[in-house]
Amino acid sequence: MRELLDELDRWRHSGTRVALARVVDIDGSGPRDIGAAMAVSAEGEVVGSVSGGCVEGAVVTEALGILNGERPAGIITFGYSDDEAFAVGLTCGGTIRLFIEELDW
Amino acid sequence: MSVYDDLAERLRAEEPVALVTVVDGPGLGSKLLVTPGSVTGSLGHGELDRVAARDSLAELEAGRSGVRRYGPEGQTTPEDLGESALVTVFIETWAPPPQMLIFGAVDFTAALARVAKVLGYRVMVCDAREIFATRRRFPMADEVRVSWPGPVFEEHGAGLGSRDAVCILTHDPKFDVPAIEGALATRVGYIGVMGSRRTHHTRLERLAEVGIDKPEQLDRLMSPIGLDLGGRTPEETAISICAEIIAERTGRSAAPLRSIDGAIHS
Repeated sequence: MRELLDELDRWRHSGTRVALARVVDIDGSGPRDIGAAMAVSAEGEVVGSVSGGCVEGAVVTEALGILNGERPAGIITFGYSDDEAFAVGLTCGGTIRLFIEELDW
Repeated sequence: MSVYDDLAERLRAEEPVALVTVVDGPGLGSKLLVTPGSVTGSLGHGELDRVAARDSLAELEAGRSGVRRYGPEGQTTPEDLGESALVTVFIETWAPPPQMLIFGAVDFTAALARVAKVLGYRVMVCDAREIFATRRRFPMADEVRVSWPGPVFEEHGAGLGSRDAVCILTHDPKFDVPAIEGALATRVGYIGVMGSRRTHHTRLERLAEVGIDKPEQLDRLMSPIGLDLGGRTPEETAISICAEIIAERTGRSAAPLRSIDGAIHS
């Protein structure tokens, strides 16, 4: 998250709402470490990444859903090996869990 | 000050800090910010805060982040928990950057310091010779010291751990024997020593003279330093050293992926 601070500060100072997604857990093969983070502004700008590019698109949709009040903050799972797995998978075959929330704290 | 502003300030100052977030269960989204000297915010119960803060400091010390589950009142065993709903927290920690101590202000040092900076190390260059150990020659280093190894290890040795590295590039037994002695007395994760195979053998004799001859000591020395990449320039050598440091930390083979089976990330 350290690498996102400048952008996060800029958005917060301009009053733009932001959703933050962080990798909290990885099973098997995962391209980024726990703690990898990306942020999505209400205007749809994106900084950071949580995978090798496999799930970022889906994360943007979820993040905007949270900012629009269409879904609550919570854990989202991406991968193949889990029954609850999200439709979008990781090319490397692992499973990652993200926590997505509005950065209003 | 908001939790975010507090966290951002500490991250920019490279202070050790942990952020605990309830990611599932009662109090979803609640935050606790933990440092070695302070706890701010709350997860909704005093005992839960205490237990989570304690575990956060342990994770911080180990340089790990991850998910943990507690009872809503900080219960940690199934017996204490009973039928209560679980609180799942994500403990994310930011430890200060790993350190690389490079002994010997030679041509290879500048290249190694540059590559180490790319990998996020805090880099110190140390040499006893004042004309070589200058800021001007190593502008990329965080610190340049004119010193023998002894005082450097007295000052920094206790702070070295498994994520840190000591690289000894001097080729000069007068300097590298005390540097090896100093490094071996610490818990540093990587000790690499530069030199040809012949230098390595003479060095082993010099080390034996000062009583460093036990297998558990010599096994810790990556000497000659680096992976067999066949590189010659200082930059290529720096890559070979840093690649070896990564492979030592992860315990992986450093073989080309196409020649081995198994998961790429683990």
